Amino acid sequence: MTAEPITGIVTPIRLDYTYTPGTSPSQFLRGMKEGRILGRRCPSCAKVYVPPRGGCPMCGVEFAEEVRVADTGTLVTFAVVNVNFANRVIDLPYVSGEVRFDGSDTTSMVLVQGIPVDQVRMGMRVKAHWLPRDEWDFTFANIDYVEPLDEPDADYESYKEFV
Amino acid sequence: MRDVAVVSFAQSATRRDQTRNEVEILLPVLREAMAPTGLTTHDIGFTCSGSSDYLAGQAFAFVSALDAVGPWPPIQESHVEMDGAWALYEAWVRLQHGDIDTALVYAFGKSSPGDVARVLSLQLDPYVTGPLWPDAISLAALQARAFLEAGHDEKDLARVVARSRRNAVGNPHAQLSGDIDEATLLDEPLYADPLRMHDCPPISDGAAVVVLAAGDKARELCERPAWIRGIDHRIDVQALGSRDLSQSASTRLAGEKAGVGGRADLAELHAPFSHQELIVAEALGLDETATSINPSGGALASNPVMVAGLVRIGEAARRLSAGEGERAVAHATSGPALQQNLVCVLEATS
Ligand SMILES: [Zn+2]
Repeated sequence: MTAEPITGIVTPIRLDYTYTPGTSPSQFLRGMKEGRILGRRCPSCAKVYVPPRGGCPMCGVEFAEEVRVADTGTLVTFAVVNVNFANRVIDLPYVSGEVRFDGSDTTSMVLVQGIPVDQVRMGMRVKAHWLPRDEWDFTFANIDYVEPLDEPDADYESYKEFV
Repeated sequence: MRDVAVVSFAQSATRRDQTRNEVEILLPVLREAMAPTGLTTHDIGFTCSGSSDYLAGQAFAFVSALDAVGPWPPIQESHVEMDGAWALYEAWVRLQHGDIDTALVYAFGKSSPGDVARVLSLQLDPYVTGPLWPDAISLAALQARAFLEAGHDEKDLARVVARSRRNAVGNPHAQLSGDIDEATLLDEPLYADPLRMHDCPPISDGAAVVVLAAGDKARELCERPAWIRGIDHRIDVQALGSRDLSQSASTRLAGEKAGVGGRADLAELHAPFSHQELIVAEALGLDETATSINPSGGALASNPVMVAGLVRIGEAARRLSAGEGERAVAHATSGPALQQNLVCVLEATS
């Protein structure tokens, strides 16, 4: 007699953590709570990282000064999304973009709203739309989305290294 | 075999660090280890790290830890999900290829964010033992019981702890140190019978960095390099019931292959639990009257998981380079109840 194959067993696993983001990320999260985007500058190459983690990954040195960056920026690249993620329900299609906030040398992924999908373009100038102040928490999600600024598009040369 | 030596070593203070992340802990240690060599990231031929993402509960922590090295333009790099001692082994093998002369080895670990005794249970087989969730301290206690039943006394455990605390007084990186006599230790209540709290390691967050160099490059970078004369690692069977827990066959074999020969001026043994130091010393044929055992205080004084094994090699090398001896044995362990063991023999002469 042949035994039935065992095709699977269930062994529940649960681990709890009290996570520490670290000095620089904590500073960034505190800034978000106050409606400010805070980065850190590398003392070696002068790049400003948003959010900063531990040190400059290009130079391998600890960050120096804290830098407040603007909540206006340039859309350097984007994707038109036609399928919703399970945990995020937004009217389709929508645009997910990478924005270089003015004063930062990194880009952040944000939702682009306030413009028909087929009119979104690289180099478009945008501004953060914040949630109502009483909803601000220690999270980048305080920026609900970015929307177009009434400004000429940025020159490709000014953002090509972020594409 | 190509002669390879430890030419620099640095470690962080070990404590529960609820301020800094791994990169922030690692950065100053990397700078301290690199400084005496005069090398930069791009002078290094190969970089290898050891860590486990399960400790702090952050996926791909080992990728973001690379930020600390400044790996741009891209470098030759590798990682082991193990104690940094095994990263050092990989770097040593890589140096044997002969085309590069230097290697950077680092390890980091934050045990404090999670319940490390439970996290380590995930090393067990996932079908039979794992689902029972025996934590690391309970497993060590089972081993300690087997060790005592094999003809040892709990006074032996207290003697190990008292020496560790005493030796750690001179170690600025240690978490636990002090002058405590054995009788006082034995008056403490049992924690996981037969272990008392002091037979178990503290919860430590930390990082360590070793720079390796081959041949003439080592002599150029360091006045008194600590040469790796033998290095080997072995593993016991996974099922805890299939081996004699009161002994360590894999340590014995690794020690033979690494050429320990029972001779050393000092030994740094990675024994997070007091009875494990006695098991490892016995397996390596080391005698406390001839060899200074864990002059740093060992893992009972500070135990940054994934780092403490590399620290044993670094401490042994540092002491040889400082002239504290001519021959040292360093040991690292991984897995439950001394399952896997690495032995490294180091020598330095003027
Ligand atoms: Zn930089």
